Amino acid sequence: MKHIVSIDDLDKKSIMGILKRAKELLPVAKGKKKSKILDGKILATCFFEPSTRTRLSFESAMNRLGGSCIGFADPSATSHLKGETLSDAIQMVAGYSDAVVLRHPREGSAKLASEVSDVPIINGGDGAGQHPTQTLLDLFTIKDELGKLEGLKVGMLGDLRYGRTVHSLSKALDRFKTKFFFISPESLAMPEHITDELEGKWSTHENLSDILGELDVLYVTRIQKERFPDLEDYKKVAGAYKIDKEVLRNAKTKLKILHPLPRVNEISTDVDDTKHAAYFRQAFNGVPVRMALLEKLIGGKK
Amino acid sequence: MSGNLLRVQPIRNGTVIDHIEAGRGRKILDILELGNSGTTISLLINVQSKKQKRKDIIKVEDRELDENEIEKLALLSPNARVNIIRNYAVADKKKVEIPKFISDIVECPNENCICNNERGATSNFRLIDEEKIQIQCTYCGRKIEEESINFL
Repeated sequence: MKHIVSIDDLDKKSIMGILKRAKELLPVAKGKKKSKILDGKILATCFFEPSTRTRLSFESAMNRLGGSCIGFADPSATSHLKGETLSDAIQMVAGYSDAVVLRHPREGSAKLASEVSDVPIINGGDGAGQHPTQTLLDLFTIKDELGKLEGLKVGMLGDLRYGRTVHSLSKALDRFKTKFFFISPESLAMPEHITDELEGKWSTHENLSDILGELDVLYVTRIQKERFPDLEDYKKVAGAYKIDKEVLRNAKTKLKILHPLPRVNEISTDVDDTKHAAYFRQAFNGVPVRMALLEKLIGGKK
Repeated sequence: MSGNLLRVQPIRNGTVIDHIEAGRGRKILDILELGNSGTTISLLINVQSKKQKRKDIIKVEDRELDENEIEKLALLSPNARVNIIRNYAVADKKKVEIPKFISDIVECPNENCICNNERGATSNFRLIDEEKIQIQCTYCGRKIEEESINFL
């Protein structure tokens, strides 16, 4: 049995296998084709912290494959508040299901859950820690939009210091000879513990315009107000990193813009109908990618 | 060597921790809470040694260090040596070695780590760099080095 706690739990070959299978499952994900691959299987979605996108796309994936879901979206409805430990809750839920998706506000919770669970644990985000299925769908989107993963020039923009999606994604993309451009205010720069481990080339920039023309992919993240003690500073930074049609004038025609969503105003809505906007397809891609992962973890033999 | 022996008498039963990195002895006393054990403790600081330039030595009477204490010691001074003394003779030499997995003795500095927030959970670290004494929490992935290691 395999748990998916971190993207590091999957080697390059497994990742490529999941992406390939996700592509094959696209018609099923879109509801154009029916599937019974996970008929009779039950997925438990345990969300100790709200997350609409992750939960709904897992439930959609499970239902599309003929399986069903149990779970909760709000810990206030559970024994959690009565003081039940995560270990106890997981052992209980594992008895009711074939796999568990866990979203929890504490780092390391999925790892702890994997130590006590009899069924596969899938980390649906643990605090500021890992969110491997987000990384998988990001990789899938890049591959699907650009036709390849190897040797791309990828810009990451916004809050690179606290953004866990860009941390895992840069680690994962590093296996594909990616050249990284990290664009952020100095206070929100990519942490050293991430850049230290990159084998590929990377550089940091304060201005997007300096390197925009080189990029194949621009991954935009939300800059959170809470990171700035001074509201004026926040407004200045948020304004300086806002993407709109005008900013994109110097971009390559085939540049694709990704964003884990929800966005606030990092990307102007006038970008939505350009060829660059890939973020809504990216959000949809959560379904086929999670289908492929669920099939790998709990599907029977093909 | 005989000069040192004159300064502090040999012990009959107990533990001698030798070759402690100079200046670390006091911290080891503190962290292993040897002072609270009620037995006689001698601490020698900056002793001239052949192997290292200077070293600290701790002699604990009537008490043999257990494995857990030796693991802590390994993280504090990996070159230390532990001799168990019985009836004035060295009865056992314990190897001081940083274990690959360090369970329940180091505190994870990440307040939001599940191991600090779940009743009954134990802290777990894996050794990633023996030379730098760098360890990593197996739950949240936080890495800490020698100076910032806090013991439970």
